[in-house]
Amino acid sequence: MLSSRLGGSLLDRLKQGIQKTRAGLVEAIEDTIHGKKQIDADLLEELEYKLIGADIGVRTATEILERIRQRVDRKLVGDAAGLRNVIREHLLEVLQGADRPMRWAGARPTVIMMVGVNGVGKTTTIGKLTALYKSEGKQVLMCAADTFRAAAIEQLEVWGQRTGTEVIRQQQGSDPSAVLFDALQAARARNVNVIIVDTAGRLHTKENLMTELEKMTRTARRVVEDAPHEVLLVMDGTTGQNGLEQARKFTESSGVTGIVLTKLDGTAKGGVIVAISRELGVPVRYVGVGEQVDDLLPFDPEKFIESLFA
Amino acid sequence: MFDNLSEKLQRVFKNLRGEGKLTAENMEAGLREIRVALLEADVHFKVVKQLMEGIKEKAMGQEVLTALSPSQQVIKIVHEEMIKILGAHQARLRFANEPPTVIMMVGLQGSGKTTSTGKLARYLSKNGNSPIMVSVDVYRPAARQQLAVLARDLKLPIFAGPDGENRPLELARGAKREAMQTGRDMLLIDTAGRLHIDDDLMTELAQLKEALNPTEILFVADAMTGQDAVKSVEEFHRRLGITGVILTKMDGDARGGGALSIRQVTGQPLKFVGTGEKTDAFEPFHPERVAQRILGMGDVLSFIEKVEQNIDQKQAEAMQRKLLEDEFTLEDFRDQLKQLSKLGSMESLIGMLPKTGIFKELQKAKVDEKEFGRVVAIIDSMTPGERRNHMIINGSRRRRIAKGSGTSVQRVNDLLKQYGEARKMMKSLTGGLMGLGGMMGGGKMPGGRVAAMLSKKLAGKLKMPGPPGW
Repeated sequence: MLSSRLGGSLLDRLKQGIQKTRAGLVEAIEDTIHGKKQIDADLLEELEYKLIGADIGVRTATEILERIRQRVDRKLVGDAAGLRNVIREHLLEVLQGADRPMRWAGARPTVIMMVGVNGVGKTTTIGKLTALYKSEGKQVLMCAADTFRAAAIEQLEVWGQRTGTEVIRQQQGSDPSAVLFDALQAARARNVNVIIVDTAGRLHTKENLMTELEKMTRTARRVVEDAPHEVLLVMDGTTGQNGLEQARKFTESSGVTGIVLTKLDGTAKGGVIVAISRELGVPVRYVGVGEQVDDLLPFDPEKFIESLFA
Repeated sequence: MFDNLSEKLQRVFKNLRGEGKLTAENMEAGLREIRVALLEADVHFKVVKQLMEGIKEKAMGQEVLTALSPSQQVIKIVHEEMIKILGAHQARLRFANEPPTVIMMVGLQGSGKTTSTGKLARYLSKNGNSPIMVSVDVYRPAARQQLAVLARDLKLPIFAGPDGENRPLELARGAKREAMQTGRDMLLIDTAGRLHIDDDLMTELAQLKEALNPTEILFVADAMTGQDAVKSVEEFHRRLGITGVILTKMDGDARGGGALSIRQVTGQPLKFVGTGEKTDAFEPFHPERVAQRILGMGDVLSFIEKVEQNIDQKQAEAMQRKLLEDEFTLEDFRDQLKQLSKLGSMESLIGMLPKTGIFKELQKAKVDEKEFGRVVAIIDSMTPGERRNHMIINGSRRRRIAKGSGTSVQRVNDLLKQYGEARKMMKSLTGGLMGLGGMMGGGKMPGGRVAAMLSKKLAGKLKMPGPPGW
């Protein structure tokens, strides 16, 4: 069931999932463009507001507009279609610039740590990711290292039952590094392909909690030499410009290797990832587009933008 | 980002002094900076547009004042325009004529509804109400358990419902009956997070509203939300008619510009802010303070209020008397430390201060929260005699104390040294204060009044347009 839904119609589902994004951004641009033959200052201002409205950020928006202005001046762009191409080209360039393949461990297990601020959907994403890897025939183990939030462990265990996956856990309030240590040894012993580590949500401004992540990374290395192989920052698709600061701080403390952008099935555009790709060069790995277990899709910059403009 | 708005404005307005009047031309660069800053704070672009028009209109043609620098002048206008949107006064919770007052918590997934429900319940019970909670989130795994754990930690009642009951409406109805039967005057309903475009779940909320007749429907919003904040809150408001907003995760560094947007599109007031992970990190919303935060001025008023609330006045007075009579013992030292730690984490306290001027360096300071505990443990390991007279603590006593408190002799030595210094410092300080009191004809000046005076002074100093250095 899982694999069939994840199969051939991937592009369709991605399109469907980000329909709202498309509806918002593309329609806005088309609206802006529609009925106006000339590109004038008003149109550019309107366009800027639309880009900013998608959370792309004022700097990136300004950059895109600057490009358009230059081309208009050199008479390279004169109409709406040309305008759209310039925007498309620019976004693609930014996103592709950050793209980089997932790192899988040479020897088992591959250790994936999930980090992020509170309420972004880390635990849910782990459930979905587990289902995805299992559908690819991998053996997966989950580690309940969010020992802080009330009932976080139980929430992960429900996902363990749903996906038929073992969860390594201790009591609420225990040391997350200790849970991680146990879990990695279990992963070794059971010779699984992947172990996915849930961590407590933390604001990137809490220095002591960020230090705790560093400690967990060190602990991981004591059991699995080159762990963690991937550190995925889970980010809420509705996040505004603070997302950039989030990504920056988490990258500093725990070496983020990729982003999972969640809750894209609403009206949010997730435009902040453009700024993140541009400034930090961190790629988006997956997007969450719904509440079902298979509502997690691999991110592909080209398809993402293609879906935007299809 | 926003922190340097004032610096940026200072730079672009530097040459304005000679100009006489604020005009479209000489304001242009400054207005652009303000616009960028507001957008980077996630204020919705439409609201930014409105704000900018208001600011331009007000500023244009104003005389360049000699008392204020042009940048201060403009910031003052920006601040006033923001307050106009946010409302000048603090909005209070409404209560039903007949208990129980029903409060529904609604919002998107992950905005912090469950945590806020627990925090609000704690806040209400501290203010003399007797709340009961119920979770009708039958969708997210372990959501109901999360609220149950919170309730247990807070020692507040929760309605769990009969075994196997997982219909939101029935759970809520049962909770209301329970509230009436057990004489609880507030019922807090934690609903499942949902997308505003999820028609089925939005209908469910409308049914809950119909059946429960809530006095307040509070929309819980994440301070980190971007431009989409407007769309979601608009839809919740359209379907339910929200009566207020709780802004969460304000302990991060998000500016919370969404607060402006939400207020503007719904017309409903922000009522509370969540400022940390602990259940006491929850306060009424103050428009003035959030406006200052959006402008990067920190939250000095909250800081002062917190100090005033938590320092026991009687104890402060007793302490002062002791200092005068040279009776400030290690026990007093310990009490004082305990009072200090009651204020909450040092990190959150420092976070309230502006990140400019004299407080800039302080932001980088790392505070070891465990240090308080260690010091208290050391003092606890002393005999009452030792606590009253530290002079008798010799080498072997030090070793015993170190062992008893699980620390080292070095730490015990450090503590005794600190205590000695604190004694000396306080003595000279109170001596001065008492002298001052006497000069003013007041004789003895109670600690509470000193604190009040000090905070008034501070507040006055930090009133718009900004702390010194702006």
